[in-house]
Amino acid sequence: MTYNFMRAFADTWGLLAMALFFVGCITFALRPGSRTRADEAAQIPLKDD
Amino acid sequence: MKFGTEIVLLSLFAFAALVAAGFGVDEPFRQHMWVLFFAVAGFTAILLRNTEFKPAVPIDPAAFMDGPIRYGAVATVFWGVVGMLVGVVIALQLAYPDLSVEPWFNFGRLRPLHTSGVVFAFGGNALLCTSLYVVQRTCRARLFGGNLAWFVFWGYQLFIVMAATGYLLGITESREYAEPEWYVDLWLTMVWVAYLVLFLGTILKRREPHIYVANWFYLSFIVTIAMLHVINNLSMPVSFVGSKSYSAFSGVQDALTQWWYGHNAVGFFLTAGFLGMMYYFVPKQANRPVYSYRLSIIHFWALIFLYIWAGPHHLHYTALPDWAQTLGMAFSIMLWMPSWGGMINGLMTLSGAWDKLRTDPIIRMMVMAIAFYGMSTFEGPMMSIKAVNSLSHYTDWTIGHVHSGALGWVGMISFGAIYFMVPKLWNRERLYSLRLVNWHFWLATLGIVVYAAVMWVSGVMQGLMWREYDEQGFLVFSFAETVAAMHLYYIMRAIGGAMYLSGALIMAWNVTMTILGYQREEKPMPRPIAAVRPARSGARKWA
Repeated sequence: MTYNFMRAFADTWGLLAMALFFVGCITFALRPGSRTRADEAAQIPLKDD
Repeated sequence: MKFGTEIVLLSLFAFAALVAAGFGVDEPFRQHMWVLFFAVAGFTAILLRNTEFKPAVPIDPAAFMDGPIRYGAVATVFWGVVGMLVGVVIALQLAYPDLSVEPWFNFGRLRPLHTSGVVFAFGGNALLCTSLYVVQRTCRARLFGGNLAWFVFWGYQLFIVMAATGYLLGITESREYAEPEWYVDLWLTMVWVAYLVLFLGTILKRREPHIYVANWFYLSFIVTIAMLHVINNLSMPVSFVGSKSYSAFSGVQDALTQWWYGHNAVGFFLTAGFLGMMYYFVPKQANRPVYSYRLSIIHFWALIFLYIWAGPHHLHYTALPDWAQTLGMAFSIMLWMPSWGGMINGLMTLSGAWDKLRTDPIIRMMVMAIAFYGMSTFEGPMMSIKAVNSLSHYTDWTIGHVHSGALGWVGMISFGAIYFMVPKLWNRERLYSLRLVNWHFWLATLGIVVYAAVMWVSGVMQGLMWREYDEQGFLVFSFAETVAAMHLYYIMRAIGGAMYLSGALIMAWNVTMTILGYQREEKPMPRPIAAVRPARSGARKWA
């Protein structure tokens, strides 16, 4: 586990994995049909008290 | 017996502090352990005087647990005033060095007292109490773990007292925003893990299927701060009864670890946590749902993914490898997008209700907070660009930037949340006075404007004077000349800070009177709106 190994891992597979995870999160947030569920979720704080 | 276990454990804790005071190998450690002993023993005495032998009243598991939140709201206001007061004192010390009182109250010891006081004591208590308030209401569940919330609250106050008194005694790790020594760090780690268990446990027992986005921001703040705190403070104490420790890292690795921590203290403590506040309290106060819930999710993930890499921009033109500096700069610039996405989301929550800005000083405060969030997240990426940084770094410009974020964003959104929560927590119909909120708003806003504008001018002047060469290649100004040139700006900065502090004092008065149950007789804030008239006098005959 040398510095060079970790450095090379970080800017190849590590970077790819994080970028894919990020794109996955955004795609999931914008998936078809998410709007109604998001609008329901946005009402959560207004329902209490 | 009420508090039985607590009293026994705290007595043992106080005894351990007494033993450590006796066996301490250095004088500051012994003094610090005396402080700990008196703090814990005093607290134990209070519990002893309040103990009861009656059977405990059964707790309604459906009711929210608001006791620690009420204490937290008071602690937020108290530490806010203390931290800001110390800030004004050190601002005056910079202008008039004779105000330094050796050894406990000189600038070097008071400065971390100010930064930790406002960031961790004021901001930390604001985050603690609002997060517990928000998580219960958006999950529709009582706090997890019985008295765990009380341990987190009082444990955190003990951390603040130990950190603050340690600084004054001269005990420091000299890591920025992480100055407390190893034993205080260990205590904070315990408290923080308990906080994580408390928050996560409440989310797990929620009765609302969806986890509202504010909780995501709060949770990311708690988790990331745990990670940052533990790694940044990895160190080896010289003695287990001594106040000195050495970092596990050395050289440039140590520098990078410190700024990885330091910038993420800004990113996850002062931004993510307070965004959680924004995503709950702005919709509540405006009585409208957040502008775009999906944008808030994208805001969250983009912020989380980008912020953690921005730290190296604090180390431009140092021994840090060039690629790491460029990485820090690139990620800082990318951060602009999620930050402005979040700002737009917060501001647009008011679309269709902008008239509230005229009538509701609390909304005004929140909007000003979001505006300063946008402004300082524009300024930050700009300052992270190497060419700009070569002028701005180590100058007062950085101080101005930090304060526009801290006073403008963090302070204002916390004040808004406090003004929203206090009447609800104490079952008051309304605040003592809305007009005083308006006074607070204007004093704070003008104070920040004075502060930030003065520091821009002072910082740019300082940066330009430092790098002014004559035609033969000699520096034109000595360092002392640049210090002398800043005297006037330092006085003006202290005035800006004093305005902000006076606003906070007004808040303390307003909150105290609200808690005591008073309502000020005053003209209602929304001035009666004149009857709607046609735009042109001639319009009537066509109607």
